[in-house]
Amino acid sequence: MTNFNRHELLIATMARLLIGTRHIAVGVSSPIPASAALLTRHQSNGATRVSILGDPSNTFWSDGGKELFDCAAQGRIDAFFFSGGQIDGAGNINLVGIGDYPRSTVRFGGSYGSAFLYYMIPRIILFRPDHDPRVLVPKVDFISAAGTSPPGVWRRGGPYALVTGKAVFHFDSNEGRFTLQSVHPGETLPDIQATTGFAFDVAPDLSETESPDATTLSLIRGSVGREIAATYPKFARESLGIAA
Amino acid sequence: MTTWTTVDEVASMIPDGSALALIRDGCGVAMSATRALIRRGVRDLRLVNVPTGGIQTDLLIGAGCVAELETSGVSLGEYGPAGRFAQAVTSGTLTLKEATCPAIHAGLQAAEKGAPFLPLRGVLGSDILRFRPDWRVINNPLNDAAEDPVVVIPAITPDIALFHCAMADDAGNVWVGRERDLITMAHAARQTLVTVERRYPGNLFDDAALAAGTLSSFYVTAVAPAAEGCKPLGFTGHYGEDEDALRAYAKASRRDAEFATYLAAYATAPAAV
Repeated sequence: MTNFNRHELLIATMARLLIGTRHIAVGVSSPIPASAALLTRHQSNGATRVSILGDPSNTFWSDGGKELFDCAAQGRIDAFFFSGGQIDGAGNINLVGIGDYPRSTVRFGGSYGSAFLYYMIPRIILFRPDHDPRVLVPKVDFISAAGTSPPGVWRRGGPYALVTGKAVFHFDSNEGRFTLQSVHPGETLPDIQATTGFAFDVAPDLSETESPDATTLSLIRGSVGREIAATYPKFARESLGIAA
Repeated sequence: MTTWTTVDEVASMIPDGSALALIRDGCGVAMSATRALIRRGVRDLRLVNVPTGGIQTDLLIGAGCVAELETSGVSLGEYGPAGRFAQAVTSGTLTLKEATCPAIHAGLQAAEKGAPFLPLRGVLGSDILRFRPDWRVINNPLNDAAEDPVVVIPAITPDIALFHCAMADDAGNVWVGRERDLITMAHAARQTLVTVERRYPGNLFDDAALAAGTLSSFYVTAVAPAAEGCKPLGFTGHYGEDEDALRAYAKASRRDAEFATYLAAYATAPAAV
């Protein structure tokens, strides 16, 4: 049994959710999702293409910022990541603010591309390292992007999974609900029930989140770490032990 | 005919109340010109972020220059939240047109085509739609078989597009390189004002490789030299960001008093150009 830290567990866990994708795009300020995408690329022997916004060596776009959205619109991106100031049990995300819009009491940055990309990209992974009932709420105060759509509305994509610092949930777009799939080592179901503000189902085969094996860890601490250091030197140094 | 002029003259060409299109961080944010705008005391700007904003938008809001903002998001990236933006929104002093990135691209693309709108998939079910009465939902007119709702985004025609580029030539042709959103902005806007790192000797269209990334002077009202014109932001391929200055700004943006001190000492001091 090899020791690993929480960031390494999250990277390996999200990489498992990305198996089989042809093209993963990663937004800005996302070192853990970007590391997971790069790990997937290594594990697929390069079959998976990765685009990391803000990293010129990992983007092919030459038609401006709109090209990302055009790619997504055509189905050329299979996976993407969103966080959320609030995430509710129906998969709605709020990136705008807390309180009664427009007079929010707390204002976040804004919805960015979420209202569009949530429709276009099949595997959207919601990622919040802090598993907190103030984030995982019964109902978001503002819907930046809707988790599901009524029948008859054209839609290719949406939430696929929710990964937090405590657990992995899968999203069922027909039911519009999350199912707890695995619990990270050291975490318990009662604690997750107490710290999740929305109702969710529990998978009959609920398990402990798989620990990364030695091969995976050496990839994360080797090739992936060196690649991620180009964009996130502080993260690579402090979380993956990559010398500057 | 494009005029070569100074940064302060560029600022004087942006009247109070203008609809002003601004590019996102890293792609040519005209910070020198922004400080000149604040020095000249511009008021009531209607900003259009293409498609997001950072320190430039936050600084203009904090300096009291902005009446309205159309944006998909404002943040100081890894330096944290944009304090003046958040303060203005929570206190209700800013009229906000909440958007999502591809909708702003679509609005500008509609304007450059002279079309009244462009349709956009997705967005349905988002509360953004509830607060954008100018965005409408229509049934796809080409789908006779079924209900097929689709959002239409009206054309966005800014009065002025303002951005920074690596170089412009004597005639006022501007090399944007791969930052193609700048070309869309210039096509959509009534006027375009550009600051540049340096003047290119000759004509950019004489070099086929450079011509592919060149915006014709036809669209450009004025160009002004501004070395390191994006600082403290970085300029992709040219220089990195000034981390200490951005950290200091992020801190100052969170408190009224600290921001006032920052504004007096930094943004409004002619020496800071």
